[in-house]
Amino acid sequence: MQTKIYMDNAATTPVRDEVFDAILPYFKEYYGNASSVYSIAKESKKALEKAREQVAKGIGAKKEEIYFTAGGSESDNMALRGIAEALRNKGNHIITTKIEHHAILHTCEYLENHGYEVTYLPVDDFGKIRLEELENSIRPETILISVMFANNEIGTIQPIAEIGKIAEKHGVLFHTDAVQAVGHVPIYVEEMKIDLLSMSGHKLGAPKGIGAIYIRKGVPIESLIFGGAQEKKKRAGTENIPGIVGLGKAVELATGEMEIETKRLLHLRDKLISGILEKVPYSRLNGHPTDRLPGNCNISFSYIEGESMLLLLDALGVAASSGSACTSGSLDPSHVLMAIGLPHEVAHGSLRLTLDRMNTEEDVDFVLKKIPEIVQKLRDMSPLYEEIANKKA
Amino acid sequence: MEYSEKVMDHFMNPRNVGIIEDASGVGQVGNVKCGDIMKVYLKIENGVIEDAKFKTFGCGAAVATSSMATELVKGKTVQEALAVTNRAVMEALDGLPPVKVHCSCLAEEALHAALWDYAQKNQVEIQGLKAPVEDIDELHLHENVD
Repeated sequence: MQTKIYMDNAATTPVRDEVFDAILPYFKEYYGNASSVYSIAKESKKALEKAREQVAKGIGAKKEEIYFTAGGSESDNMALRGIAEALRNKGNHIITTKIEHHAILHTCEYLENHGYEVTYLPVDDFGKIRLEELENSIRPETILISVMFANNEIGTIQPIAEIGKIAEKHGVLFHTDAVQAVGHVPIYVEEMKIDLLSMSGHKLGAPKGIGAIYIRKGVPIESLIFGGAQEKKKRAGTENIPGIVGLGKAVELATGEMEIETKRLLHLRDKLISGILEKVPYSRLNGHPTDRLPGNCNISFSYIEGESMLLLLDALGVAASSGSACTSGSLDPSHVLMAIGLPHEVAHGSLRLTLDRMNTEEDVDFVLKKIPEIVQKLRDMSPLYEEIANKKA
Repeated sequence: MEYSEKVMDHFMNPRNVGIIEDASGVGQVGNVKCGDIMKVYLKIENGVIEDAKFKTFGCGAAVATSSMATELVKGKTVQEALAVTNRAVMEALDGLPPVKVHCSCLAEEALHAALWDYAQKNQVEIQGLKAPVEDIDELHLHENVD
């Protein structure tokens, strides 16, 4: 079955036409190494700096505060390890949350094995951290607070500006993993007091394998990758010019269209959410009802399991994802769904539909029509639902 | 991870979904925590499995193995049904991805639990049949996942 309706945009997005067109010349025509002196290399250098400008503008940063990386995971690794090493003499304590992406969580685990202490803040039922709990967790040896801008699974947006204020007040650096947020929600690193920010290209219509990290001017950081003098010696390796051009273009397009596109997506998202909750009994929305990414819909259906839903949706040409253990390759359901307090069986029955530019009202109507049928088919097969149905009868 | 065509067929069109009101034996295994629960109903007459039905909460592999296991035991004597092992179910489905092997264990356990229930109720002995384990999570999952 061919995928006709792609609703897994939080996983990745197709490269946008405009981005693709912008990138193409940098493969065969302007292939020069940006570090060289001859004419053709100057084109690469020019493109590199233009993209840096575009990315900076998209988040309200200065051009010289943007460093290109190979993606969100590298940026997250660099932020945590780079700051931890640079500030080793100042302290060894990092504060993060239980719902971060594994690029943060596993880096924290690594740091814990290397003499650092990490506080993992819990979240409330909607997936938000409590600000007073954050502030109370700050110690004299705290060197970094890392809280994701918006969650990839449940879409909850954190009170970033408030977190930035607390971090600044206590003289602690603030990093945010904004992989899901850049190009989708407004970001102003100055006003929000963000010191470091991670982003990834393929979540907003740029290719895979390109990302960036914003590092506020004056923030000390060690490198992860050593070699040439690229990116002001902070990130060695010949620049991925096509990727960088693509990221710049994608950020420019997304931030430019944000107001109109957000309005469109909010309508679709809320139609999808309320439609499902209305049509399917024993279903619940995961994440915050309003402080959530404009394209994110995450719903748990009791008494059924997520992978089964995905297979039935795929058979209809719909691509989605789930936090079920069966789809994660591990025995436990998603750590995010567990952190918002879902019982195992409800977490297993979660379905994430993430909308983006490509999705239309027709897509939403089709999915709204099919989901109740799919859920019912699986519930008719479920021994857990049988017990409920018997009780009701 | 990809399912075989047979697994997909048994998942999309599962055989024997349902319950048997006057079942001779019923067995339920698994737990919600790991995300798979299987309930098997057997109708047994003169020691032969006349009918088998199931209800399953679980992933594609769990549904497919339930479907295949119930297909395989129909028409067999209770003693023969014991030979329907997880390996037999898996082979009949042209294999399962490594991380899904535990689902086939669940099918075997559910079948055995139903046979045990029948044996207890009718005071018959099925050679080689052991009492079902309450929670097969610890028993099988960890040794079989890659």
